Amino acid sequence: MDDLSHGFSKYPGLNGFPRPAPPKTTKKPKKAVLFFEVEILDAKTREKLCFLDKVEPQATIAEIKNLFTKTHPQWYPARQSLRLDPKGKSLKDEDVLQKLPVGTTATLYFRDLGAQISWVTVFLTEYAGPLFIYLLFYFRVPFIYGHKYDFTSSRHTVVHLACTCHSLHYVKRLLETLFVHRFSHGTMPLRNIFKNCTYYWGFAAWMAYYINHPLYTPPTYGAQQVKLALAIFVICQLGNFSIHMALRDLRPAGSKTRKIPYPTKNPFTWLFLLVSCPNYTYEVGSWIGFAIMTQCLPVALFSLVGFTQMTIWAKGKHRSYLKEFRDYPPLRMPIIPFLL
Amino acid sequence: WLVLAIAMVRFYMEKGTHRGLYKSIQKTLKFFQTFALLEIVHCLIGIVPTSVLVTGVQVSSRIFMVWLITHSIKPIQNEESVVLFLVSWTVTEITRYSFYTFSLLDHLPYFIKWARYNFFIILYPVGVAGELLTIYAALPYVKKTGMFSIRLPNKYNVSFDYYYFLLITMASYIPLFPQLYFHMLRQRRKVLHGEVIVEKDD
Repeated sequence: MDDLSHGFSKYPGLNGFPRPAPPKTTKKPKKAVLFFEVEILDAKTREKLCFLDKVEPQATIAEIKNLFTKTHPQWYPARQSLRLDPKGKSLKDEDVLQKLPVGTTATLYFRDLGAQISWVTVFLTEYAGPLFIYLLFYFRVPFIYGHKYDFTSSRHTVVHLACTCHSLHYVKRLLETLFVHRFSHGTMPLRNIFKNCTYYWGFAAWMAYYINHPLYTPPTYGAQQVKLALAIFVICQLGNFSIHMALRDLRPAGSKTRKIPYPTKNPFTWLFLLVSCPNYTYEVGSWIGFAIMTQCLPVALFSLVGFTQMTIWAKGKHRSYLKEFRDYPPLRMPIIPFLL
Repeated sequence: WLVLAIAMVRFYMEKGTHRGLYKSIQKTLKFFQTFALLEIVHCLIGIVPTSVLVTGVQVSSRIFMVWLITHSIKPIQNEESVVLFLVSWTVTEITRYSFYTFSLLDHLPYFIKWARYNFFIILYPVGVAGELLTIYAALPYVKKTGMFSIRLPNKYNVSFDYYYFLLITMASYIPLFPQLYFHMLRQRRKVLHGEVIVEKDD
């Protein structure tokens, strides 16, 4: 599933580490030509995997990872986790060697994160699926419903409306992935793509099956219900998009800076006053709208599962904000104003 | 569970047949098996170190068998397969709870530990066989009566077919059973032979 870590890395920084004492070597008045040595051990077996000498003190972890890949090409940098302590947290790519609490011979522990895949690839795949799959059901492609229904069209307006909403929603997600989001992490474990696609594609098929079924029953309160639901859906979609844009503007291209998001001139962003992750709030709202519009229980279940997952993410994000920023607004809740 | 065991043995000795056995012990079975839900709670609140997921799966499958199969589908109550899993469950639970009780009292006789980590090798497959055969026997009745199923059209635009649900449940034994079985085998090696198992890196 997608965690849109706009500007907010999952791993907190090395805030707990004290500034290291200056290296106990004679400092030359001019440029200090002091090279570090780095040895990399396997975190589990403590086996010595690699020894690097003549490493620049200003070298970053990213550069060290590249050096490590040279001796072990099967472990490309994205799947390396290097840490100071075998059971500790991963060091960040931007960390500079001489700023770490190590002597001139640094010992780093390596853990293989497994095959990695880029976030963008995962997002594009998991979103393209529902877009395509829903349309298969909408057009009543053969072998889904009985043969007499092949390529027929529903006589209910709400079914056509639902298809438009669902499709535009996923088109929006695809475009945001390509042009809006700024990801903290380049990659995630490969197995996630299977898990995520099963979730998105599976639910899309399950919902689409019923909404586009020849025996579909339109909402009990008719056009009134549909209109209200559509309004909720559209407002929440606009809201969700506004938040994504606001978060994007917090972070310059190519950087991984983290800042507290604040409301802007756009009224949709005013939800930031009450909530840390209004993008999730709006997303849940959209799906509730869609559920009311279609009056379809599988849609309600999809909303519920999504809400549960997003609440977990929102709480985590909220906790990271509180840890990182002393002056974080106290009124804000993670995902539901005042409640959750 | 001892009560259950004794009741079952007595019934069989008196009646000479397994027919009607289920009916005679069903209240006791339901009472004790349902209480096993507490075991999930114990894992959740942390007073027991076992994984919630593993316990959840095992207890759920028991509750499913008792309430959604044997209780609800009366015609299969006299099947031999029912006795098969009842016996397996009874022996397993008596061993398991004795193990826990004696462990807590700090006076664990080796044979109970031995039993707990060896009986399952036979009992587990036997129990699974009993369960699967029972579900299989229930299928025709489920199909005929359409029980627990919702059909279209309805105002919530959802459907559920218990018959296919059972088929999928039976299929799910294929990946789940080996995982639980090997989990027990690993536990056995660790406890009985003191082997240090290096967990696979995730």
